[in-house]
Amino acid sequence: MSKAAVIVFPGSNCDRDVAIALESAFGHPPLMVWHAETALPQTDLVVVPGGFSYGDYLRAGAMAGFSPIMNEVVARARDGLPVLGICNGFQILTETGLLPGALMRNASLKFICRTVACRVEARDPFFSGIYTNGQILQLPIAHNEGNYFADDETIARLNGEDRVAFRYADINPNGSRENIAGIYNEARNVLGLMPHPERAADTNLEGTDGAPLFESMARALAK
Amino acid sequence: MQARIHITLKPEVLDPQGKAVLHALGGLGFGGIEDVRQGKTIDITLAETDRSVAEQDLIRMCETLLTNTVIENYEIEIDGI
Amino acid sequence: MTQPPPNNSAENTDRPDDLMGLSDGEYDAAVSSLGRTPNFTELGIFSVMWSEHCSYKSSKKWLKTLPVDGPQVICGPGENAGVVDIGDGRAAIFKMESHNHPSFIAPYQGAATGVGGIMRDVFTMGARPVANLNALRFGAPDHPRTRHIISGVVAGIGGYGNCMGVPTVGGEVNFHPSYNGNPLVNAMTVGIAPADRIFYSSAAGVDAPVVYVGSKTGRDGIHGATMASAEFDDDAEAKRPTVQVGDPFTEKLLLEACLELMATDAIIAIQDMGAAGLTSSSVEMASKGGVGFAINLDLVPRRETGMTAYDLMLSESQERMLMVLKPGREAEAQAIFEKWELDFAVIGRTDDSGHLRLSIGGELAADIPVAPLVDKAPEYDRPWTATPARPHIAPEDIDPPGVTPDLASCLLRLIGSPDACSRRWVWEQYDSMVMADTLSGPGGDAAVVRIHGTGSALAMTTDCTPRYVVADPETGGAQAVVEAWRNLTAVGATPLAITNNLNFGNPERPEIMGQLVGAVTGISAACKALDFPVVSGNVSLYNETVSGETGLAEAILPTPVIGAIGLIEASIKPLGLAICQPGLSLFVLGGPPPTNSGWLGASLFLRDIAEREDGAPPPLDLVNERRTGDFVRAEIAAKHITSCHDISDGGLLVAVAEMAMAGKVGAELAPPIDPEAGRQWPWAWAFGEDQGRYIVTVRDATKFEAAAKEANVSTWKLGKTGGDALTLFEEKLISLSDLVRAHETWFPALMDGETSQEH
Repeated sequence: MSKAAVIVFPGSNCDRDVAIALESAFGHPPLMVWHAETALPQTDLVVVPGGFSYGDYLRAGAMAGFSPIMNEVVARARDGLPVLGICNGFQILTETGLLPGALMRNASLKFICRTVACRVEARDPFFSGIYTNGQILQLPIAHNEGNYFADDETIARLNGEDRVAFRYADINPNGSRENIAGIYNEARNVLGLMPHPERAADTNLEGTDGAPLFESMARALAK
Repeated sequence: MQARIHITLKPEVLDPQGKAVLHALGGLGFGGIEDVRQGKTIDITLAETDRSVAEQDLIRMCETLLTNTVIENYEIEIDGI
Repeated sequence: MTQPPPNNSAENTDRPDDLMGLSDGEYDAAVSSLGRTPNFTELGIFSVMWSEHCSYKSSKKWLKTLPVDGPQVICGPGENAGVVDIGDGRAAIFKMESHNHPSFIAPYQGAATGVGGIMRDVFTMGARPVANLNALRFGAPDHPRTRHIISGVVAGIGGYGNCMGVPTVGGEVNFHPSYNGNPLVNAMTVGIAPADRIFYSSAAGVDAPVVYVGSKTGRDGIHGATMASAEFDDDAEAKRPTVQVGDPFTEKLLLEACLELMATDAIIAIQDMGAAGLTSSSVEMASKGGVGFAINLDLVPRRETGMTAYDLMLSESQERMLMVLKPGREAEAQAIFEKWELDFAVIGRTDDSGHLRLSIGGELAADIPVAPLVDKAPEYDRPWTATPARPHIAPEDIDPPGVTPDLASCLLRLIGSPDACSRRWVWEQYDSMVMADTLSGPGGDAAVVRIHGTGSALAMTTDCTPRYVVADPETGGAQAVVEAWRNLTAVGATPLAITNNLNFGNPERPEIMGQLVGAVTGISAACKALDFPVVSGNVSLYNETVSGETGLAEAILPTPVIGAIGLIEASIKPLGLAICQPGLSLFVLGGPPPTNSGWLGASLFLRDIAEREDGAPPPLDLVNERRTGDFVRAEIAAKHITSCHDISDGGLLVAVAEMAMAGKVGAELAPPIDPEAGRQWPWAWAFGEDQGRYIVTVRDATKFEAAAKEANVSTWKLGKTGGDALTLFEEKLISLSDLVRAHETWFPALMDGETSQEH
């Protein structure tokens, strides 16, 4: 039976929400790992959740990137351990260098919370085996710094290596380059995305378009 | 020793805040402004007395935590220089 | 006890020139309860404890008339927040509080710290906050400061709530020139706690440690409580240094640390340091428990040097709590707060002296008997004059509005008007979904949030129609309660209780006091008629600006905001206002029987289209109101109704338009009016604001009508759903796309280019 772990930083606030979605997909609750830990428990997946780690002071995700546990997460990710970063988690993963680019303040200079259309882009992705390529998902976003930036060379590589996981399909809510909403690392075991799939994993909430992400991970990791 | 670090967005990175300030200044009737870039300043008080050691420390601070070198540049000023 | 006057040398035994806002009479009362002249620190303590903000001295007489009891009430007014039973072994804890003056001076920080303060009020009682709402009133849209204030206030509310991870799910926004110099920011938090683990502020026992936790103390907001009790004048800018700065990250840590400690049984009493900081928290805890506090101010964590006893006692630095722990439990508590990287300091102990004794630098800085600070607080029966009744305005008394009297253009103007247009620009800046329990966020009649771990949900709303209150305070006060009750009903909730936030001008003016008295009388009557008790509240007075030009004080519209919660049982599916499919029957129920006429006095139509702010507001019938609401709720529970919306601002046609826009399904209207007579004053039935009414869509019209008749609820068929427009008697009135455009355009256009530089 596969296991997931959720990292909890001071200021994380989507940790419980993603734990519920993971529990539903994995059949049992994930391990919650406090940021001050220096070792990861035995796990098949690490989730870096949304929120405002360290208040997002200095830069979103900057200080969390230097938490003791993140050294371990970075090292294990480089060895191939699957890592999923959602919203603040995506920001943290770029700050640690696990994912390229940076997430800047929204072009509107305003926090934005709404459900947006996102297109599944990458072929044969590790995480989203359930989605079909080009499928449009309705996923909630809620962020102040979701404006993805990378230099031309990086963008070209992301496109060329088919590493753009999701793009905003209708409106670009934050000014991100090439409508990028989520990306993979080079080895495709690390995924970061701004939308919150865990908020769209319950029929009574914002739909269920996010649920397959967790279900496909549970299924892939169980193999 | 008193250090001041100026952090600015790299010139090629769009600065929406700077643009908003530019727009607002125009609205207030200030003409002839060609560009506005907004950054941040961090003041650090150091116990170190050797300027070159301090400078090396500050560079490491900038490169690790204080700036995101993907999007930001920095300049270090020590005791006003 | 014969204690020498501390720090009191011969030269300051005379009456000081500056009484720090106390009246001569209040100063004399302070001297008599002390038995001597207060020193500077003690005078500061009397001044804040006896300020309007802390003592409710002008309103207390009237607040006592409000109904506060009910089988659902676990704790009514007097604690940090109200507590009601919501079943499943859980309690809802909620309150609303104003941060009006700070939000004018520094919009971002003023609003942010308002949100932070109200969340602390809720989690200090043991609840995890699950939702925030806020009722906002801004000045005229074209006033030079309005856009700046809106952008700062909205960013501040979002900045704090989003970072805390508490969804902001609802609220209201109004505009009126009376708020030009006095915007209102009323923030409400709803939290959920185990019903048998509520934490109160009453200290107990002797030699128990008094513990300070949270952020360090600086000189922020010194005398904020007295500032909240003073009128503004043109040098309000000069008051800026007293504004506090919020740190939502620290508050998030404080929340988690407090809840972790609350899971143990180490706490005797806990109270947040809000207005008047360490002073009010220590005085309230000591007074409720009938104990004394001896505090060594040298032990208070501080971030500035040279702070005096006065500074430390009066500071309103945010994100701080005061606790009394069981003796011997300090280490356990300290470990929790240190894990969360928060300050923790035992700063004193309880004793049996009944005094608040403060020392600093080894000297006694203040020694005040606690009881008189609370019990002898002034209470005034301020003179008041009733608001003169306004004449009723008949539809035929209104000149056809000059510009475009046809229904379609009136509807378009109303739906795109400042008070009725979409607030999307505002609420998209709030995280309304975090915690993944928001079933229905902003934009509906009431927000709906699941009660985690149960099948039931809480509905919540804030309501007030100030133009009714200024026209007739009693009717307006009652209407605010009734509208909240109606909004909860419309989503299928059983209304439980309310919190109120009474915003008025200067109570020393009899006509303003008359507004307060009238509104409280109306609130009381409505609450009694609906079994809808008041469990917490806040009063904000002196909301006036002295005009630099005329030298006259200009008061806000009287704005008694009601925040209310209701329970949606697990068996009931919460309802929205969106028309969800074509082919349904539309009914209006409640209110007066169908007629060509309608109540236009004090309506949005009268103000925004006919440009008249006069007339009596629509009357209420509380018996009929209750009967109608109970019927709506029963029909929702029985799943006979597929969508429901109460009729409020802008009347019937605006309500139908809102339902159609939300569901993207139009409606064909054929109301039982004489089309020819209706053409004479078409705006009366279309935009009249007769009270007690709902619009519903139902599948089975015959069954529904029979049930309504059986329940003695008046109902009439308005038409049926379908199409992509609103049609009236088979003539197209307006397309949905035109409606949506008008509805969504106004706010972003107003705010275009305006961004808060704070972050």
